[in-house]
Amino acid sequence: MIHFVLLVSRQGKVRLTKWYSPYTQKERSKVIRELSGVILSRGPKLCNFVEWRGYKVVYKRYASLYFCMCIDEDDNELEVLEIIHHFVEILDRYFGSVCELDLIFHFHKAYYILDELLIAGELQESSKKTVARIISTQDQLVEAAKEEAGSISNIIAQATK
Amino acid sequence: MAGMRGLSVFISDIRNCQNKEAERLRVDKELGNIRTCFKNEKVLTPYKKKKYVWKMLYIHMLGYDVDFGHMEAVSLISAPKFPEKQVGYIVTSCLLNENHDFLRLAINTVRNDIIGRNETFQCLALTLVGNIGGRDFAESLAPDVQKLLISSSCRPLVRKKAALCLLRLFRKNPDAINADGWADRMAQLLDERDLGVLTSSTSLLVALVSNNHEAYSSCLPKCVNILERLARNQDVPQEYTYYGIPSPWLQVKAMRALQYFPTIEDPNTRKSLFEVLQRILMGTDVVKNVNKNNASHAVLFEALSLVMHLDAEKEMMSQCVALLGKFISVREPNIRYLGLENMTRMLMVTDVQDIIKKHQSQIITSLKDPDISIRRRALDLLYGMCDVSNAKDIVEELLQYLSTAEFSMREELSLKAAILAEKFAPDLSWYVDVILQLIDKAGDFVSDDIWFRVVQFVTNNEDLQPYAASKAREYIDKIAIHETMVKVSAYILGEFGHLLARQPGCSASELFSILHEKLPTVSTPTIPILLSTYAKLLMHTQPPDPELQKKIFAVFKKYESCIDVEIQQRAVEYLELSKKGPTFMDVLAEMPKFPERQSSLIKKAEDVEDTADQSAIKLRAQQQPSNALVLAEPQPVNGAPPALKLPSVNGNTEPQSMARALSQPNGNLNNIDPQIPSPDLLSDLLGPLAIEAPPGAEGVPDEVDGSAIVPVGDQTNTVEVIGNNAERFHALCLKDSGVLYEDPYIQIGIKAEWRGHHGRLVLFLGNKSTSPLTSVQALILPPAHLKLELSPVPDTIPPRAQVQSPLEVMNLRPSRDVAVLDFSYKFGANVVSAKLRIPAVLNKFLQPLQLTSEEFFPQWRAISGPPLKLQEVVRGVRPLALPEMANLFNSFRVTICPGLDPNPNNLVASTTFYSESTGAMLCLARIETDPADRTQLRMTVGSGDPTLTFELKEFIKEQLVSIPVGSRALVPAAPPVAQPPSPAALADDPGALLAGLL
Repeated sequence: MIHFVLLVSRQGKVRLTKWYSPYTQKERSKVIRELSGVILSRGPKLCNFVEWRGYKVVYKRYASLYFCMCIDEDDNELEVLEIIHHFVEILDRYFGSVCELDLIFHFHKAYYILDELLIAGELQESSKKTVARIISTQDQLVEAAKEEAGSISNIIAQATK
Repeated sequence: MAGMRGLSVFISDIRNCQNKEAERLRVDKELGNIRTCFKNEKVLTPYKKKKYVWKMLYIHMLGYDVDFGHMEAVSLISAPKFPEKQVGYIVTSCLLNENHDFLRLAINTVRNDIIGRNETFQCLALTLVGNIGGRDFAESLAPDVQKLLISSSCRPLVRKKAALCLLRLFRKNPDAINADGWADRMAQLLDERDLGVLTSSTSLLVALVSNNHEAYSSCLPKCVNILERLARNQDVPQEYTYYGIPSPWLQVKAMRALQYFPTIEDPNTRKSLFEVLQRILMGTDVVKNVNKNNASHAVLFEALSLVMHLDAEKEMMSQCVALLGKFISVREPNIRYLGLENMTRMLMVTDVQDIIKKHQSQIITSLKDPDISIRRRALDLLYGMCDVSNAKDIVEELLQYLSTAEFSMREELSLKAAILAEKFAPDLSWYVDVILQLIDKAGDFVSDDIWFRVVQFVTNNEDLQPYAASKAREYIDKIAIHETMVKVSAYILGEFGHLLARQPGCSASELFSILHEKLPTVSTPTIPILLSTYAKLLMHTQPPDPELQKKIFAVFKKYESCIDVEIQQRAVEYLELSKKGPTFMDVLAEMPKFPERQSSLIKKAEDVEDTADQSAIKLRAQQQPSNALVLAEPQPVNGAPPALKLPSVNGNTEPQSMARALSQPNGNLNNIDPQIPSPDLLSDLLGPLAIEAPPGAEGVPDEVDGSAIVPVGDQTNTVEVIGNNAERFHALCLKDSGVLYEDPYIQIGIKAEWRGHHGRLVLFLGNKSTSPLTSVQALILPPAHLKLELSPVPDTIPPRAQVQSPLEVMNLRPSRDVAVLDFSYKFGANVVSAKLRIPAVLNKFLQPLQLTSEEFFPQWRAISGPPLKLQEVVRGVRPLALPEMANLFNSFRVTICPGLDPNPNNLVASTTFYSESTGAMLCLARIETDPADRTQLRMTVGSGDPTLTFELKEFIKEQLVSIPVGSRALVPAAPPVAQPPSPAALADDPGALLAGLL
């Protein structure tokens, strides 16, 4: 299973974290610190796997961002590597040629999308189309609620004038 | 998104911060702001709450501690509108982990969303539970989630989440899913058309079969069907192909699930599967597109694992080896890494060493790869494939690599080099060279074991001594040598330096001065070794050299008042001895040969290998055994744990110290009063049993257990127990009736019948006295794996009367935990209470079974490797002749099958284990004894269930390590008379042995 997902920039800034195994806040910071050190220092053209504390971390760099997933030692590494790519493709489709800034300012979107892709550290959906459909339905729900709320808040605002 | 302006502004602010300090200030300001707003509930609109909660998550992500506001995040879960609810769910599942108390508050809301009608709410709730649900959730939500998963009215959207949510709940509590009821449903789920649901369900299946493959055997052909469907690309919608490959993830999962079934018996299913596998092995080409390549190779490597697991026809295996050979020489680093990794795994399952050896130079090249991940794999593989024929090359490569290896690898590297050098040394001088080089290059990583071993070898081989001495002389000349090198050189030169006397620079006084130069640089533990060396040099100088004598005496005198006892003692004693002339010669004569014993290094390595073996295929089912470990450890209710621990602590110390260690706990044993009258009025009913029970008067208490279970609460009890509870418990573990407990007033007898995983025990409570026993209470404290029902015990037992109380036992799953009976009564004003172990132990659920070789071997082969088959080298075994050991096994219902193993020193045994979760399950065991050393043996235990294998292995080990009853005579409970003056901790240091002679 995937124990956690970590997105770090080349400067070591964390862009997204998701933990499927229980880690305390302290452990989370430690893991991020340690792994950023290990992964950011790896040169290009090396393999996408790092052995770390009895686990394996599968990572891939896209432009300035490193996508990392920590798995058990005997999990299938390449399968997870392609889950990363699958995630990136979905982000790309959603944002329209995604860049780091999209993920910074819309980090909550990245979380929504990730939740449609993985649950319990396992792949939930391998169709990009299906994920896109679900996310756009959610967006519509939010928009609809906002319009409604807008009108109500208008009413309240007027009432309290 | 545009609506979240406050959030965007905050993020921009953070990005504009020039340095970490500015960032911290900005974050603190924001946190203060949020805190104030949260306090003022009135102005907190849902929108604001949402915005603040997102900010909290962002701050958390930046690495700052957010220790408030969790409640607000959790409270959003119960918001009526989707946008707030969504934020509540997502932020909660990011901020909190499963152990957080606030989560418990949310269980009800979450459950309402799960069982409610709103599909989007169901999805949110299932996602949260799937991501951070803990045991509490498993207990209260599993049935609801199961319903959703199999519901025909739910859309795939909900069901796929339900499948993974259920997987999480199962991981947190395996009891959340009842295999009997669920297996059929699971099989039906695998017929699913929607590939999203099918992918999630297959993940669930992998977890279920890793725990109990037998229950889910009906899923096996379905997995093969899925693979066929994907391989033929039938009925796979375009959106589920990934770079032209029909869902590679689903293919991988289906093959993973199949690896948990020991074999595939149905020939048709097997044939279909092998066709698919063959197609994957042959049809995977290297293509330009990276992602397509990765995906197809993900499938290919999983297929390789499955072929290895099924131990297919040789033809397919050789295809695998050929493929791997190709992979380890490609440029693509991922494939090379995986090629090396899988080759190492292959070494463990089949006999392919010779083919792999052909690739040795290629593998050595990988040891110099710029990528540490690849170097690690290469090191593991080289270690695994090393034997006598290639040891020299491989070890030399490792030594060369040691100088450039990064710190994180050096320890492993030097241990591996040392082990290989010892295991496969073509000649001993080479071995000495290797170890000295090791110490020279990586002294910090060379443990004491390694240099002790060199000393043993050199001492035991006369031919080697001059060579070793001259080597030591060479190294000691270097400046800034490692302290370990000082130790080993000093020792060797002290013992054998005189053999070099004729060579230039090697006279005793020259050796002394060069060694003495090192003394100021070494730490306290090395000084005693140097002192011994000086004494030896002195002794070897004949006729005495007054000059040297003067210098050495000065050193001894200097240390005569050293604060370190070891140094002081040696200085004083050597000084005195050296004045004694011929006696001095005797005492300091060359050390006698060491008894041949197994290298502690290799022992260590074997331990490491044991775990390494597991790591190859482990973790899949490790959740189970490791749970069992955790459960078993914190409850040392009984005497068993110390019995287990003793040998491991004293594993390689001498018998006396063993006896000493064993006799120590005796100090606080309760005295047994032989005079206590024992009006055996129970004899009519329990007559023969009472006689069988060890008569208390004889009572030399059990050494091992005596102090561990004197359960009778020390404060309240004023009565003496007659006999020994622990001894009686052990006796009852092997037979079905007898006395469990006895004191002057009451005798508790027990009689048991066992059938399958059920047991019926009857407790006989007999009042021996002439007044009634009141406030009688009996309470069973059951371990998690037993279901126990004790019929109520009457409050009063009349004088000289006996009451019976039946106890129903059901075994749910394999475990070595023991049920405890908390028993108390009042006699006059005295409250007497006792905690007694109930002999409903693992072996009671075994059914003897004798197999013929035609039956045994196919089964033995079918159980392939950890975690189903575990092997361990057990040390500190009570020495037993083979027939005695066979009797012991038969006594706990593990039947010896004579004549199956061609080696007369080995035993092969079989039995059937019954529990609710495993059903009747065949267990096999093989014990390989060493006729030269009866205190150690290697055992291999296998069964169809990883927990059972582990528990049974541990159980047998416990039996072998301390044969509880009747073995007393073997260990004289003698007081520790002749304790050597030097602390036992130093017993392994050759120097200390020397000091012990004085």
